[in-house]
Amino acid sequence: MLSKKTKNRSLIFFLSSILLIISVFLSLKVLEDNVLYFLSPTEIKEKQNLNLNKQIRIGGMVKKESIFVNNDEIKFIVTDLKNEIIVIYKGTVPNLFAEGKGVIAEGMLQDKNYFVAKRILAKHDENYMPPKKQVK
Amino acid sequence: MLSELGNLSVLISIILSFFLIFFSLRELKLNLIKPTSKIINLSRLQLSFTIMSFIILLLGYLFSDFSIINVYENSHSTKPLLYKVSGVWGNHEGSLLLWINVLVIFSYLFFKKNIGVNKKFQLLTLIFQNILILGFFIFLVTTSNPFSKIFPVPQEGLGLNPILQDPALAIHPPLLYLGFVGSSIYFSAALASLISKFDGKNFATVSKPWVLISWLFQTLGILVGSIWAYYELGWGGYWFWDPVENSSLIPWFLMTALFHSILVLEKRDGIYLWVIILSILTFTMSVTGTFLVRSGILNSVHTFANDPSRGMFILTFLSIMIFSSVYIFYKFSPTEERSFKFFSKEFFILTNNWFMIFFLITVLIGTIYPIFLEVLTSQKISIGPPYYNTVLAPFLIPLLFIMAYGPKTSWIISKPFKIKKILFTLLISSLITFFIIFLIDQKNYLINILLISSLYLILQSLFDLFKNLDNKKQKKTFVNKSSLVSHLGFGLFIFFISLNSIMSIEYDLNIKVGEKKQLNEFEISLDDLKVYDDKNFKKFVGDVTILDNKNNIIEKLKPEIRIYNSPETITYEASIKSNIFSDTYVTMSNISRSEFYNIKFHKKPFMNLIWLSTILIVFGGFLRAIGRKF
Repeated sequence: MLSKKTKNRSLIFFLSSILLIISVFLSLKVLEDNVLYFLSPTEIKEKQNLNLNKQIRIGGMVKKESIFVNNDEIKFIVTDLKNEIIVIYKGTVPNLFAEGKGVIAEGMLQDKNYFVAKRILAKHDENYMPPKKQVK
Repeated sequence: MLSELGNLSVLISIILSFFLIFFSLRELKLNLIKPTSKIINLSRLQLSFTIMSFIILLLGYLFSDFSIINVYENSHSTKPLLYKVSGVWGNHEGSLLLWINVLVIFSYLFFKKNIGVNKKFQLLTLIFQNILILGFFIFLVTTSNPFSKIFPVPQEGLGLNPILQDPALAIHPPLLYLGFVGSSIYFSAALASLISKFDGKNFATVSKPWVLISWLFQTLGILVGSIWAYYELGWGGYWFWDPVENSSLIPWFLMTALFHSILVLEKRDGIYLWVIILSILTFTMSVTGTFLVRSGILNSVHTFANDPSRGMFILTFLSIMIFSSVYIFYKFSPTEERSFKFFSKEFFILTNNWFMIFFLITVLIGTIYPIFLEVLTSQKISIGPPYYNTVLAPFLIPLLFIMAYGPKTSWIISKPFKIKKILFTLLISSLITFFIIFLIDQKNYLINILLISSLYLILQSLFDLFKNLDNKKQKKTFVNKSSLVSHLGFGLFIFFISLNSIMSIEYDLNIKVGEKKQLNEFEISLDDLKVYDDKNFKKFVGDVTILDNKNNIIEKLKPEIRIYNSPETITYEASIKSNIFSDTYVTMSNISRSEFYNIKFHKKPFMNLIWLSTILIVFGGFLRAIGRKF
């Protein structure tokens, strides 16, 4: 026989574990909706069933002499040296954003060649310098 | 010269660690009441040599001894003094040496302070701590020796990255290290306590101050890092759920859980095993975080340099640490017989623990899920901030209410609360919230409920603080002023970040010099751009004017673009005008091959109050640390 104390304790333990499991399960569901897939231009080209309605991240190098700016937006080309994709972006670029440097853009694909970015990230390393070569 | 001295003192420290482990093991078998003075002296020597090695590296930086690779790579003779000093830990090798220093300092202080407590417990703690010290020394010597030499000796160093040349970042690493490396001492003590069958209550008394100290530094460290990211990286916010930030937050949750539950152990002699688990987990998670950050596995916006060999070492070390703790835990853990009444301080504290563990799991999943997925399916993903906000925010609501009552319940069994009072406080906080909603026209339900519940916590804590100002009365009611202060700080923190999240205004625009742009309620113009030459950089300073609808000047700001020459780097200095209610924040960047400048304009309410409420949280902990009176 279990003593009353032990019973009480195991009940608390049991209940809080159940609660924890349920909450973690729910948070995993939220996670599903907030996953951002990371694709390179080549992967986008080769991918068969591309979902255009989901936000993704694309990464590569900003092509040399490809940045074009007007009053509202910035246009540039992301390349992984095999394939390219045109990116349109309204907003501020991070301080490491430059031609010939690595970049990550977050947003949605319009089609396989055209990407509308909501956010631009440039990658830092330990010394907070732009990496010399992002793409293998 | 310095390099040899440095290597020598590292070597002596390593030998001393071996000695310490050896002699402690021997004294364990002897029939003694307390450790002999030999152990104390060895420990003191170890402390001296380890600190010496750090000072030698520091001297290398101060005198710009470029024969040491580490100094050559991270320093420059023209660098200001402060950044010569902070350059020591602004890189992997030096920060590892700092890490070891913290391990040794905590080891010594813990040993010194607890002489006579229990011989077996003390010696075992020292042994475990020295195994950790030894492990990290081997890591230092084999993969990241800060004293390695370079030949021929360069004339000038490469310089410290300008982004790191900042007072906030100069103190950020030491603070954070005191926090999560400091947690090593209760990791060792927990293992020692299991093996030596040390009394749970005494374990709590002995390790409580260390938990509190590490928590204080961890909180401060996170705060300083966050402030730095706000004004130096130009991210324009206080938290980004970046994996590197997360890995400092995960140990924080554990420390918070630990110093709540350790009170239960101290006062009621219960949940001993749970406290042990938390103590072990805290340092384990700190090392895990370091592993993730340093190995370059994390897909972070600001990851550190990738080096697989470093990663492998930490991973191996971490696995050994986890397996041996699990083994010791199962082999030596005693059985427990304790129970709680539903309505008691114990219960409230365990509820806190539940929330902390839940937050921890959430953040941990968000941080490591992408890694697992990449390993398993080679798909690269990242998890956006909405995940954290959606999952964590709803859970804050019950937490805030519970936090309002935790400090005032008494041990064992508490009187039920007066419903009238609860309703009254709830009414006031709802009224204030409605007033705010009315003022700013806001319809986000979650935020509104968060406002109500945080106001509830604020009012309740203020009320209780006021009631318990008299110390004599306090003894009878078991109310703790320090915890009220911290809880008040947390309430304010949630209140202000909720308001901040709904009231922030953000505009991005491309603009040429002399141009003017009309936004909804503002007008922004870039009037002029001047170029200045500074000591080690050239800067472009923009004159940005912000006008309101009626053409009144609200603010004139001067964001900068700096081009540093050693090493050549471009940084953007945000220009921030802040007062107690709101920050006006402008960064400016140049876009390659064009006349356009990219301007980010933020109006961020209550930034200073967010920092201040965090300081209030720390202040509560500080009050607890300095005296029993609070």
